[in-house]
Amino acid sequence: MQPFTVLTGIAAPLPLANVDTDKIIPARFLKTIKRTGLGVHLFDTLRFDGNGAERPDFVLNTEPYRHAEVLIAHENFGCGSSREHAPWALLDFGIRCVIAPSFADIFHTNCFKNGILPIALPREVCDQLMEDARMGGNARLTIDLSRQVVVRPNGEEIPFAVDALRRQMLLNGLDEIGQTMQRGPAIDAYETRLRQQAPWMPGINAT
Amino acid sequence: MANTAKTLFDKVWDSHVVERLDDGTCVLYIDRHLVHEVTSPQAFEGLRLAGRAVRRPDATIAVVDHNIQTSDRSQGIAEPESRIQVETLEANVAEFGVPYFPVRDARQGIVHIIGPEQGISLPGMTIVCGDSHTSTHGAMGALAFGIGTSEVEHVLATQTLLQKPAKNMLVQVDGELPLGCTAKDIVLAIIGEIGTAGGTGHVIEYAGEAIRELDMAGRMTICNMSIEAGARAGMIAPDDTTFAYIQGRPYAPKGEAFDRAVEYWRTLPSDPGAQYDRVVTLHASEIAPMVTWGTSPETVLPITGAVPDPASVADEAARVQMQRMLDYMALTPGQELASIPVDVVFIGSCTNGRIEDIRAAAQVARGKHVAPGVRAMVVPGSGLVKQQAEAEGLDRVMLDAGFEWREAGCSMCLGMNPDKLKPGQRCASTSNRNFEGRQGPGGRTHLLSPAMAAAAAVTGRLTDVREMA
Ligand code: SF4
Repeated sequence: MQPFTVLTGIAAPLPLANVDTDKIIPARFLKTIKRTGLGVHLFDTLRFDGNGAERPDFVLNTEPYRHAEVLIAHENFGCGSSREHAPWALLDFGIRCVIAPSFADIFHTNCFKNGILPIALPREVCDQLMEDARMGGNARLTIDLSRQVVVRPNGEEIPFAVDALRRQMLLNGLDEIGQTMQRGPAIDAYETRLRQQAPWMPGINAT
Repeated sequence: MANTAKTLFDKVWDSHVVERLDDGTCVLYIDRHLVHEVTSPQAFEGLRLAGRAVRRPDATIAVVDHNIQTSDRSQGIAEPESRIQVETLEANVAEFGVPYFPVRDARQGIVHIIGPEQGISLPGMTIVCGDSHTSTHGAMGALAFGIGTSEVEHVLATQTLLQKPAKNMLVQVDGELPLGCTAKDIVLAIIGEIGTAGGTGHVIEYAGEAIRELDMAGRMTICNMSIEAGARAGMIAPDDTTFAYIQGRPYAPKGEAFDRAVEYWRTLPSDPGAQYDRVVTLHASEIAPMVTWGTSPETVLPITGAVPDPASVADEAARVQMQRMLDYMALTPGQELASIPVDVVFIGSCTNGRIEDIRAAAQVARGKHVAPGVRAMVVPGSGLVKQQAEAEGLDRVMLDAGFEWREAGCSMCLGMNPDKLKPGQRCASTSNRNFEGRQGPGGRTHLLSPAMAAAAAVTGRLTDVREMA
């Protein structure tokens, strides 16, 4: 996973609530067996008309937002399915950070696994950042994960919260599975206990 | 003295903590891992690249459901991308030794139908799947939740997840459910009440007389849509209804082992005085058959209602969003819900694809006929549900009424297989999501119960099932 330390980039305003994962990437693009290449389908129905032509009024079809690395949205971003294709599509497009008043749980977790930082901030603050984002290329936002601040174009610093462990993983781009595997002995011990305490729990074999 | 009373969720969580890390994150042990073709290829690929094995194949079960066509399967899958995804799963389960129900096996079906059906999902377990509707299995009294593909890989490799405990929420549904109303109406009413973000960060425990009275199919319908209420999971305390359902299922414990299991399962219900971070109470007697009008599951009203008016919404962003929904759904404010014509009716999905759902639909459709111009389909949730329905003659009832009778799978719930709405088509659907384009690009979805769906098929419009003779 690519580490996330400090990001300075263009922020795209997407003033919608309940942006669901079907909107981020419709089901018909989930047939891939790869993680990459989904950026072209990001927000497919918002971005393209029925004939595949760009909708000129959609923010990511306009300059400078084609190069956006940050997305600002409204409440409950990423609700719906567990598809990790949603963060994969965002990442493949170039988005490394999403700022919204709230996120759906699974999407929120999925972001961290892919080097994307989701930041929850109060609606009023998101509205200010939305205004910053509307100023386009002259108003880049800086997101500093080690200091846990968003820096507005006017220099104002907005602190944000993030889980200590997730922050650590992101900053260092750590392989979470490798980390957990180092806890192998604890997992072994748990399984031994489980076999003693719940011997009734059968294993599965499909034949 | 500290309150030591625990909720159902607390008990299941605590008994699965392998290790608690400094910032409160837990290494949580996973008892059951269900795998399907859409969210697993990248996870197996990750294992392969890192040279890792599946830690517990005997706690894992794989099945195809999302891509598979629900028409004749003797020629394989026509669409190349869908076929590749299914073949990839088959290659992966072979390589990693994961148990698998193949396409032609009667046990094949929607992953959330087959877990309980096979006795794989049991009370007190932690159950995960790369699919948000894993919450369904919470009806057994399990902690069951959806995960992303990176977490699928994490569970395959370590049989654990890194998680922080959720908050506890109690949704209490008191009283008796009126005639003509079902579990689907209860859960739609709950989502209408608390909203699609109402459960964020929480695990919802459903309790109260109306929940206790439900059969397991109804309880699964309720827990299934916990995710539409934003919750991480939904749970219902296991009781005699649960144990009777489990007994005799293929993968359930047998004989003395079953008795020991029941003894343990009886300790799971929340202790008296257990604390919840949030409590919501509904009165079942006030629930009516529900139907959604917009493109979010929270946009739901009793069938006796009318399409709302954006002009009555104060907040500008909310007003704009409501107008956008009405435009997409091609509805006008004030229009009576029971007057809205439908083109397609879909009965199926992990929400309502069980035998009880098909029986409910058949009861309404028996001796009647699908309205002219309406396409109505029944897609059983598993091969075994289909067999059972056929043994009861329900396939004949539905076919005689003009419904299509199809093979098991996710089908038009999300339109990854050929079962899709055409742009502009309006569908009365027993599934769980009415997002824009969910059932096919440009398609319009109204969520409702199986009985309501059958009623809509017969009249050709959204219909109050209580008016059907
Ligand atoms: S039936 Fe629908 S909601 Fe359920 S698992 Fe399949 S696609 Fe997902």
